[in-house]
Amino acid sequence: MKRLLPVLPGLWLAAFVLLPVVLTLKISLSTPATAQPPYLPVLDWSAGIEGWGNFLEALDFTNFETLASDALYRDAALSSVMLAAIATAILALIGTPIALAMARAPERWQPLLVALLIVPFWTSFLIRIYAWIAILKPEGLLSTGLMRLGLIAQPLEILNTQGAVLIGLTYAYLPFMVLPLYAVLAKRDPRLPEAAADLGAGPMRVFWTVTLPLARPGLAAGALLCFVPMVGEFIIPDLLGGSDTLMLGRVLWSEFFSNRDWPLASAVAILVLVLVVGPLILFREDEATAREGRR
Amino acid sequence: MASTPAPAAAGLLTCAGLGKRFGTHAAVADLDLTLRPGEFVCLLGPSGCGKSTLLRLIAGFETPSTGTIRLGGADITLDPPHRRPVNMMFQTYALFPHMSVAANIAYGLSGLGRAGRQARVDELLRLVRLDGFGPRRPDTLSGGQRQRVALARALARAPQVLLLDEPLGALDRALREETQGELRALQRRLGTGFIVVTHDPAEALALADRIGVMEAGRLVQIGDGASLYERPANRFVAGLLGDVNLIPGRVLGREPGGLAGLDTALGPLRALGTAEGEGVIALRPERIALTRAPSGDGPGLPGQVVETTYLGDRIRLRVRLADGSVWRVSAPAEEACPGVGESVHLSYAPERAWLMPAAA
Repeated sequence: MKRLLPVLPGLWLAAFVLLPVVLTLKISLSTPATAQPPYLPVLDWSAGIEGWGNFLEALDFTNFETLASDALYRDAALSSVMLAAIATAILALIGTPIALAMARAPERWQPLLVALLIVPFWTSFLIRIYAWIAILKPEGLLSTGLMRLGLIAQPLEILNTQGAVLIGLTYAYLPFMVLPLYAVLAKRDPRLPEAAADLGAGPMRVFWTVTLPLARPGLAAGALLCFVPMVGEFIIPDLLGGSDTLMLGRVLWSEFFSNRDWPLASAVAILVLVLVVGPLILFREDEATAREGRR
Repeated sequence: MASTPAPAAAGLLTCAGLGKRFGTHAAVADLDLTLRPGEFVCLLGPSGCGKSTLLRLIAGFETPSTGTIRLGGADITLDPPHRRPVNMMFQTYALFPHMSVAANIAYGLSGLGRAGRQARVDELLRLVRLDGFGPRRPDTLSGGQRQRVALARALARAPQVLLLDEPLGALDRALREETQGELRALQRRLGTGFIVVTHDPAEALALADRIGVMEAGRLVQIGDGASLYERPANRFVAGLLGDVNLIPGRVLGREPGGLAGLDTALGPLRALGTAEGEGVIALRPERIALTRAPSGDGPGLPGQVVETTYLGDRIRLRVRLADGSVWRVSAPAEEACPGVGESVHLSYAPERAWLMPAAA
């Protein structure tokens, strides 16, 4: 049993991560076809070695060449990364004070605060994003509210813009930024900021020189948890972004369902994967240097 | 150090009527304390007696519920911690783990310029005998080295008063005794006022000019080690500073020399002290003379040895007296000491026994 235990996560990863990636990679190297399944080649198992040979020969990188040459995909990739990066930055800005306030709250309140942060998950993600349509649409809560207050004269044209997508992303991913930050801040030594204040540091200096550097692992984990899924996000840009918001999730969806171009859609999926591996490696290196520094 | 009590105005740091409540619990109550310039004061008491809260009030981490704190004449009661010319060395050291030793020490330095800061850090590292440790990370250091970094960091701003919360508590016994001497020498050399919190009476006696004993948020007694040991204010102080025999009685009258005569369960006994009415005699075990036969200068108190413990330099005995009470006696080990079961006579010089009020 003891020797089996480390094998289990490996099996899980192989079955649900590695195998799907290999299959997707295979389809991304295929050619679309009006057939069932809608791509070629299909491996002929009965032909043995020769069948494998024919199969491998028919694979090529045409779809990736399309991705590289067609401005649509480049723009979608750029805009996905941009929107995800901006939303991550906004989340860090909003999430840090929230996590700090939670960590500084009286200890008996903290479980309640964490629970409140998680409460929205009890409602379907889809429904919560739909609710934002009702808030952001020209005759919605936001516009009518601001008009009542006399702050704006005309209804806001915010739904179906990138602004709406950023609002949606920020709203939906806030818990994923706050929770890891809170976890780090809550278990830090409360004497450290006191020591800094004792040595003459005002509240701002304490924050920049002690609180924030010590919260860095939480900030990095939160940024990763938000940035990675946001790059491939589909529902939020689809519902709130309208037709002008180009994000890889939507491109992938339309290639797959509208154009029935499974190979190109798979190539987009691989592209998302590659875009997301970058930050992961950065995160690992950050962790490694942090550990190095502590040795 | 000045042995005559300085007037309150000469106090470097003065706490007056200081109190701190957490909910209904009074952590510190109606406390007056004056630290003289260059003085080393130890706050001694069991955990939960309020000594750490008092330190946090002086440092500014807690706001007092009542009373004032003055430093060099200025009222600092409501000043935030970063504006107080007072520094604190934390029990857990609270070194910044993401900074080097040098950066930790330099954290509080400002307005010196790069070279000036570097020079000051080097000076402080030399002061705590850690030359060359500047680039190291705190977690690569031993406990004793971390303790010295914390001390250097707390001294960097040349505070008027340094607060030390159990500064030696995390060190092992041998290192603690060595460090006590260093801390004392350092304080003498710098002339900085030190307030050290400790739960260890031996440490307080070894370090302090004056010891303040705290019990349940109150400062019960403050004075030099000898006065606390010889003339404790109550049973708590008497027991805290060492072994003591407590003999309750009623004060009957006073002799011209100031000696009080008491009626006790052992008959009439005498002791020094001003208490009236119900009183308690505090008698230290080493002040009791033990003889096999009644000694010449009085009948003594007859008793029977019930236990002996050989301690090398001394022998500790437990002797049951006529009224059934058991006294602790500490006798020099060179004599042929009575064994268990032997009859003995106990006597003491009444001016070396201290009379305390029973109620305090």
